[in-house]
Amino acid sequence: MTKILNVNNLGKSYTSGSKKLTVLEDISFEVDEGATFAIVGPSGSGKTTLLGLCAGLDEPDTGTVFLCGTEINTLDEDQRAQLRNQKVGFIFQNFQLLPTLTALENVTVPLELQGDKNARKFGLELLEKVGLADRSHHYPSQLSGGEQQRVALARAFSNKPSILFADEPTGNLDAETGEKVIELLFDLNKEAGTTLIIVTHDYDLASRTQRILKLRGGKIMSDQLMSAL
Amino acid sequence: MKDVKEPSYGAGTIWLFNMAWRDARASMKRLLLFMASITLGIAALVAIESFGENLKENFNQQSKSLMGADFLIASNQPPSPKVQKMIDSLGGADAKEINFPSMAAFPKSGTTKLVLVRGIDGGFPFYGMLETIPVSAAKNYQAEGGALVDATLMLQFGLKQGDSIKIGLETLPISGSITSGPGSTGISASVAPPVFIPYGSIEKTGLIQTGSRIEYKNYFVADPEPNYISLAKKLDPVLDAENADLDTHESTGRQLGRRYDNFGKFLNLVAFVALLLGCVGVASSVHIYIKEKLSSIAVLKCLGATRKQTFLIYLIQIAGMGLIGGILGTIIGLALQQLFPIILEDFLPIQLKTSFAIRPLIIGPLLGLCMSVLFALSPLLSTWYVSPLQVLRIQEGVSRKTRRANLFIFTFILGFLLVFSYWLLRNIWYALGFVAGIMVVFSILTGIAVLFMRIIKRYFPASWGFTARQSLLNLYRPNNQTLVLLLSIGVGTFLISTLYFTKDILLAKTSFESSQDTPNLILMDVQTNETSEVAQTIRTNGLKVVDNIPIVTMRMQSIKGRSVNDIRQDTARTINGWILNHEFRVTYRDSLIDSETLASGTWNPEFQKGAAIPISLSDNIARDAQVVEGDTLVFNVQGVLMTTVVASIRNVDWGRMQMNFSVIFPTKVLENAPQFHILTTNVPNEKSSATLQKVLVRKFPTVSIIDIRQLLKMVEDILDKIAWVINFMAFFSILTGIIVLFGSVRNSKYQRIKESVLLRTLGAKAKQILKISALEYIYLGILGSGMGLLLSLIGSQLLAIFVFKTSFTPSWVPFFVLVPGITLLVLIIGLANSRSVLNSPPLEVLRKEGG
Repeated sequence: MTKILNVNNLGKSYTSGSKKLTVLEDISFEVDEGATFAIVGPSGSGKTTLLGLCAGLDEPDTGTVFLCGTEINTLDEDQRAQLRNQKVGFIFQNFQLLPTLTALENVTVPLELQGDKNARKFGLELLEKVGLADRSHHYPSQLSGGEQQRVALARAFSNKPSILFADEPTGNLDAETGEKVIELLFDLNKEAGTTLIIVTHDYDLASRTQRILKLRGGKIMSDQLMSAL
Repeated sequence: MKDVKEPSYGAGTIWLFNMAWRDARASMKRLLLFMASITLGIAALVAIESFGENLKENFNQQSKSLMGADFLIASNQPPSPKVQKMIDSLGGADAKEINFPSMAAFPKSGTTKLVLVRGIDGGFPFYGMLETIPVSAAKNYQAEGGALVDATLMLQFGLKQGDSIKIGLETLPISGSITSGPGSTGISASVAPPVFIPYGSIEKTGLIQTGSRIEYKNYFVADPEPNYISLAKKLDPVLDAENADLDTHESTGRQLGRRYDNFGKFLNLVAFVALLLGCVGVASSVHIYIKEKLSSIAVLKCLGATRKQTFLIYLIQIAGMGLIGGILGTIIGLALQQLFPIILEDFLPIQLKTSFAIRPLIIGPLLGLCMSVLFALSPLLSTWYVSPLQVLRIQEGVSRKTRRANLFIFTFILGFLLVFSYWLLRNIWYALGFVAGIMVVFSILTGIAVLFMRIIKRYFPASWGFTARQSLLNLYRPNNQTLVLLLSIGVGTFLISTLYFTKDILLAKTSFESSQDTPNLILMDVQTNETSEVAQTIRTNGLKVVDNIPIVTMRMQSIKGRSVNDIRQDTARTINGWILNHEFRVTYRDSLIDSETLASGTWNPEFQKGAAIPISLSDNIARDAQVVEGDTLVFNVQGVLMTTVVASIRNVDWGRMQMNFSVIFPTKVLENAPQFHILTTNVPNEKSSATLQKVLVRKFPTVSIIDIRQLLKMVEDILDKIAWVINFMAFFSILTGIIVLFGSVRNSKYQRIKESVLLRTLGAKAKQILKISALEYIYLGILGSGMGLLLSLIGSQLLAIFVFKTSFTPSWVPFFVLVPGITLLVLIIGLANSRSVLNSPPLEVLRKEGG
């Protein structure tokens, strides 16, 4: 099966004052195209840093990341931005909608960046799918947390990504709303056939994926297929 | 890269504009405020620039009317045979004039007034109109043997057509009043208003005698297409040698234009400072604005926007606002331009017609665009360095790249300011001085702000109460507005108080002590044989003769052995030209007076026979003639050549209201030379001044009298008008300052709002939050305005010592009005902005801000 993400010997550290803080150390794994994958671990285990490196939001100190067949370490910032625009979707814990844009405009931004003429039409379809067609002209501040995350979902799928990174997608939502958002996420993902990588400390959520990578102190503790559990 | 398409694939320019608009519409209020910061500065600049252009155009168009002819030949003596020959070779003068200042008496009211007597022969003026009431008077006065009297003078003295005017020995009927004509407006006309009389009557006045300051003018109407350059080439050398001048209407128009140009340049600088103040506001507003956009920028980058795209989205916003601000400023400026002719009416020798000049129309919007982008560039550049990783975690800190870029931008801004100042002033040294001055003020204020923050941090009064501590903390916590507010308040106060102080200095310079020994009535053109009798008349009126100064007129014949004619021919000469043609009014005495100090050499009280005549020169003459002690100068004293040697050089305080001289002879040289005298006295009040003047004019019609108190009143009046114009311009700075202040305080509101809401949530009372804000703004208001005032005091003191060479007592207005006023203003604006926090429930505010 084709590997959509290939991480080899990845290492990352930060300098805090005079101290060097190693966040990730010797991380290697691969993800199959179309798979669902969870990165779990306690706070400070390096989950979010790993997601940032895999998605090309940051550069590693050591090791390589191949995303959709491209070694992202060799790309400059703008090339990485284009790769993200064409191949990657994102969902964040705090939604990260642009506050000055309406729901529809937020959804269409990735498509507009590609120069897609049908952005608006497709954006409306996606909002329909997440049940927010009637809120398309509302600003994020006029929407509830759950609604904002549904707009973020629509945006994440708008550029028809090959891989979708979700960072604690239910972290800012109550349990009931969180459950609905996750249902929607998995449904949309199944429909689109996208590879899904979820970063979470919620083991229940992680267990809905096909494979779980456990991190602790910046190192891989385990890498298990759900069927094997 | 395998799959990623090239950068050109994606969103085009339209999307960038679309995104810029989408983002801007949500922040419209703040962007409008930012736009307003520069609008007023541009309005002021455009208004002055347009006015200047109009003035230049009007001077060019009306130069013929200003002169009344195409060109003229003027001299201070009757045309010599050579000059007369030249006049004849030009086909003879089309009109002639003899003019001089003299006292005029009005027998009906028994009053007197210094006037400019203009004896005219011929159809002068040939261009423009000599407008009189009645209209026919302008045509008939010469034939009727009547006088035309300045309309304002007629009004002041209650004169009517048919009344008489006595000039010297001649009494003429008044044929009419002059409402407008060449040389009948402007400042000089208010000191000595013009009176036109027939040329033939001049002789009868008996006023043409030694020492009279007489000007002989011959007016010409040129061919349809005159070549003034070749005319000047042909005539100038001969005329110079004969102490006569050629003036063409073009050169006169240019000269007048230049004089007003200087005033315009000064006003332009005041306007430019207003614009700079606005730009500080822009820089601070954009800094905060972009800071709040950083997370959105990170999201955009995360979704695939390039650095260039995100940078351009915000650049388009700023440039758009700058351009709109510039256009608005230009429109306001063009409207304001219409006011200038009304404000400056009294200073202008011409009727000003306003029209829309092209240059300011282009400059206004362009300047709005350039200045806003330039000053916003540093915060804008931070968008370039935002990492998309910020969507996951906040990254703080300034990279080395950003610092280098900021340094580059700062240098670029300084370069732009220098170029623009040079463009305004047309003098690189002035431009450098101006930019350096601005830098010094900004640096000092920045330094004070930084120092202030450090001091508070270091010596933080931990024992103070909660609210006082919180308000102090606000001054140096992250995202504080201390620097920006101190800068805008400080620069605003500095500007306004400097304007006040400069006015104080100028007025102090012209004021004079009113002790009995200080002369305030000057009697000029007193002939030697009249001196004792005039002095006696003064004494019989119960007054004292303060000075009796003999005056001998002379010209330079040679400087350091080289004749002035030789020097004139020398195209590479460095000696100032006026020295060669000037008729010096020289006195002789044996001691220095109060306004003089010896700079070098020795003072010779009297001439010792056998040696060269030792003279004393004022420092400016020595500099312009390029002579030092021991150099020889030969003077032509009305036909007699006198060889002198420079024995001393004096510093002279020309600003003092007393008779000062550039050349002083020792006694026992000029006593027998043809001379006249200036007598001075001190009159206690207007009534005794009028009585003495009446007696003197009756008995000595050739004596001119200047009442210094009237002159001083006129100077004060003029200064008041100038001050009004400057204050009018300063108003733009003040208003800009208020807008910037409003912007800064509003920005700080966004910074503070979450903290205030959190405090509210934790149970802080509205009163406590209000007190925290109030104290913070009071600290900033007092410190900013106090520092601005202090800097202005230092600056004004330096101006007084080094430029005006006078002492100065500062006006109390800035201390008691500006500092409390500005502090109160800061407080009001600050508290008005905090109101929304206090009046809304915490959750509502948090939701709004969070969104």
